[in-house]
Amino acid sequence: MALAKRIIPCLDVDNGRVVKGVKFVDIRDAGDPVEVARRYDQEGADEITFLDITATSDNRETIVHVIEQVADEVFIPLTVGGGIRELADISRMLKAGADKVGINSAAIFNPNFVKEAAERFGSQCIVVAIDAKCVSANGEPKRWEIFTHGGRKETGIDAIEWAKKMVALGAGEILLTSMDRDGTKIGFDLELTRAISEAVEVPVIASGGVGTLDHLVDGVTKGKADAVLAASIFHFAEFSIGEAKQHMQDNGIEVRL
Amino acid sequence: MATVAVIDYGMGNLHSIEKALKTASPNATVIVTADKNIILSADHVVFPGVGAIRDCMAALQKTGLDDIIKQVAQNKPLLGICLGMQALLQHSDENNGVTCLGIIPGNVIKFPSGTYDEQGNAIKIPHMGWNEVNYTNKNPLFNNIAQNERFYFVHGYHASEVGEEHTSATTNYPDPFPCALMWKNIVAVQFHPEKSQHAGLQLLRNFLKWDGTAESNGHA
Repeated sequence: MALAKRIIPCLDVDNGRVVKGVKFVDIRDAGDPVEVARRYDQEGADEITFLDITATSDNRETIVHVIEQVADEVFIPLTVGGGIRELADISRMLKAGADKVGINSAAIFNPNFVKEAAERFGSQCIVVAIDAKCVSANGEPKRWEIFTHGGRKETGIDAIEWAKKMVALGAGEILLTSMDRDGTKIGFDLELTRAISEAVEVPVIASGGVGTLDHLVDGVTKGKADAVLAASIFHFAEFSIGEAKQHMQDNGIEVRL
Repeated sequence: MATVAVIDYGMGNLHSIEKALKTASPNATVIVTADKNIILSADHVVFPGVGAIRDCMAALQKTGLDDIIKQVAQNKPLLGICLGMQALLQHSDENNGVTCLGIIPGNVIKFPSGTYDEQGNAIKIPHMGWNEVNYTNKNPLFNNIAQNERFYFVHGYHASEVGEEHTSATTNYPDPFPCALMWKNIVAVQFHPEKSQHAGLQLLRNFLKWDGTAESNGHA
């Protein structure tokens, strides 16, 4: 027996509410983040990730407050992403009770930010979030690039090279989202996940596209992910975290039950 | 009323450990502090820590809290957590080698790169997530906690060369390493009880009930 594969429910938070859209549009309300986090904790979530999807200064106050409230009663690791741009942002989130922060666009604008953050707070709390999209034509070897602005803006950066660079600068974990799959419910981009997971030494969280419990299993067995992240299948109570873990265990994956 | 001091030397998130102690034992007075007198007069002391060892040791030396921890280590129930546990040992290989407090005999080394599990999957570093804790010795910390219970870990370095008699529990990643230590009135854990849900709260409750003697069964 060994280290368990983790299931991480993700809460996209906007204006103090949990929301989930398909490819960043058609947003549905999924409740109060504190209540939702409490429920996931009771169901056995291994960690909880909060994404501040608007990341305006007003919303920042809201998310800090949400983290404080959740951290008061939920004793599992909490990650916060969205709008983390400077060391002071990280400091605030950790102070509010977060254990890790997700850095995305700020790493693209200034890769050295990841290094500074890891040196100051330790690699264990620096998660670099990578939004990748397949850019190779049919028949070509698969190639993925980093996109920003919810998948609308290309950067020309190769996803695998980027992941390696982020780890070299001090990222302790990679949160990998396939922009092609996000919100589609057709499953993770397993080739992408496996390519990144095999390229870096740190744990990789697969994200984007979960619609069934088999997708979670595939993320670990075929995608070689160390953790799987999903949002809507849990928010709208299609499945509980407990059912997801049971299904993973039934498929030979070690989980915390 | 029992008081517990959580040593604040400016490293990391102490909100969670404070709240977890309060939740574990609602009657305890929990004080997060850098005040030497408060630490020395508390009934129990928690020495947490995240980040890198060089900064941790520098912060302790700068504040003079290194001497306070050495004093506490002589007679009070003391719980080291994660980097706090590592700092209690003699030497860490992190940051090109750092001399630690040297309170518990043993050293801190890096997980080796390029190892694989039985299925041929690469062992990721840091060791991050919920892993099993196998107790090898009787320890009041583990009262009412099932053998092989999972706790939350996140670390790239681990304790090594700790005497068997002082190793309370081990975890496999992939080889066994000491994840809980006991030395006189000191207990120390590599995992984060404050992030390990029910089992973690039970461990903290056990610590607060412990009187710091080896004979105590934790129900003092």
